[in-house]
Amino acid sequence: MSEFLQQLLNGLSLGAIYALIALGYTMVYGVLRFINFAHSEVFMVGAFIGYYLGKLVPEGTLWGGLLVLAGAMIGCAILGILVERIVYRPLRGGPTINVLITAIGVSLLLQYTGQIVFGAAPRTFPPIFPAANFHLGTLTISSNQLFVIGVAVALMIGLQLIVFKTKIGTAMRAVSLNPKAAQLVGVNNNVVISFTFGLGSALAAAGGILYALNYPSIDPLMGVMPGLKAFVAAILGGIGNIPGAALGGLILGTVETFIGGSQFSTYKDAIAFAILIVILLCKPAGLLGKFTAEKV
Amino acid sequence: MLQVSGLQVSYGAIAALRGISFTIPEGAIVTLIGGNGAGKTTTLRTISGLLRAKTGKVEFLGEDITALPAHQIVARGLSHVPEGRMVFSNLTVEENLSMGAYLLSDKALIAKNRDYVFSIFPRMKERLKQTAGTLSGGEQQMLAIGRALMGNPKFLMLDEPSLGIAPRLISTIFEKIVEINKNHGITILLVEQNANLALEISQQAYVLETGSIVMSGESKKLRADPQLKATYLGG
Ligand SMILES: Nc1ncnc2c1ncn2[C@@H]1O[C@H](COP(=O)(O)OP(=O)(O)OP(=O)(O)O)[C@@H](O)[C@H]1O
Ligand SMILES: [Mg+2]
Repeated sequence: MSEFLQQLLNGLSLGAIYALIALGYTMVYGVLRFINFAHSEVFMVGAFIGYYLGKLVPEGTLWGGLLVLAGAMIGCAILGILVERIVYRPLRGGPTINVLITAIGVSLLLQYTGQIVFGAAPRTFPPIFPAANFHLGTLTISSNQLFVIGVAVALMIGLQLIVFKTKIGTAMRAVSLNPKAAQLVGVNNNVVISFTFGLGSALAAAGGILYALNYPSIDPLMGVMPGLKAFVAAILGGIGNIPGAALGGLILGTVETFIGGSQFSTYKDAIAFAILIVILLCKPAGLLGKFTAEKV
Repeated sequence: MLQVSGLQVSYGAIAALRGISFTIPEGAIVTLIGGNGAGKTTTLRTISGLLRAKTGKVEFLGEDITALPAHQIVARGLSHVPEGRMVFSNLTVEENLSMGAYLLSDKALIAKNRDYVFSIFPRMKERLKQTAGTLSGGEQQMLAIGRALMGNPKFLMLDEPSLGIAPRLISTIFEKIVEINKNHGITILLVEQNANLALEISQQAYVLETGSIVMSGESKKLRADPQLKATYLGG
């Protein structure tokens, strides 16, 4: 029983990270209908910004950790906005496949630029937050896990508030439902799209920091696997659906952790895709997604 | 109020508008009628900035707005209720209306506009929390017009407000259009295939055929025109 709870806790904290990354895929898909494959590299850059900023603040302090987190989120928001502005925007209006291929190009560019700038060898992420282990019976909870879950939950609630309670959030949903109608009420779609990229990239940066806290070896290719899993999570939950991305991430992280702890651990990465295929066979639009038919 | 001159628009190699010109005086209801594919929607989309003209000019209140992006054109008081209504289907009626006031920040003005919309379409007030996609076609049309009115427009362009709506509701909506024009002084450009009704409520009309204006004049006179009767008014 306690082993089950332990694995559940581990799974949820991994899942919370997938969820944070998945939100960025799903939000960008919502407003632009394409998958930003470079998103996983924003996650990696977030971890590296955290690595360098981590050297500037004293280790193991709450304020230092939060400062590093905020810095990485701001840095990545700027990166995401720039990538959209410089690379994707000129291609808008053309076939989606062009943007998709370009996104893969940006992803590779960031990976290899990362290898030049940061070096290809893995680095050890500093313990920026205070570390302690709590024992509940036989259950061990690390403070890092608590941070991961706490920060992820706080960010997701914040996102929900932005999307459903603010003017810019309503505009995001409007652009996603009908970009032309949004323009006709006076929305500058470019501003909303930039905002969406910034928001999604900031969440990916937070994901990168939280991931690095739990798996402290970081390198320029670290985004590939979590990025792919988060992409699967976004599809699983129903691409374009924000609560769906969160749910998909949690499911994927939990299942992966349980498989990793079983005799089938070799297959833990493949299992993610097996789940995806099964769910899409039963629910082609994903768990919370729906194919909406426009009323004419 | 609005002056369109020599407007040419094409989709790739297909010419949709072959150089049309017309003017709309302040305070009037002007209608643009024509059959399927005549270029009516294209005309409105070009005026509101969703499409770019190949050549020609659109002037609104004396200002050349031909090259402005759509969101800046709305900001000048020119509002377009698009064909097919395009309400934000997953948003509530309330959210749709508040999106209509996206460019306004004066809370008192927004509240005033809302009251005005409710006075014209009381049904919207009853449906505030309902998702727009679940409204009937006629109610969606009311919402689309209401959403445009929320932005305090000086000039309203309506693209086939009668499309796919029960006949009983069509006359209601046309009455409301007249009311909006009379009581609120909003100039209206009404695009319709339902030429009879459109000519009834408008003062002036233009007839569009395959991208060119083939006839124009006072609506009263056009209603009596034998040629027009044969083509658009069902004999
Ligand atoms: N997106 C598009 N791509 C290519 N051609 C288009 C496009 N939209 C319209 N057209 C063409 O342009 C011409 C004018 O179309 P438009 O939609 O303006 O006509 P309309 O008068 O509004 O017709 P309806 O009454 O059926 O709405 C038509 O021949 C149409 O086929
Ligand atoms: Mg049309």
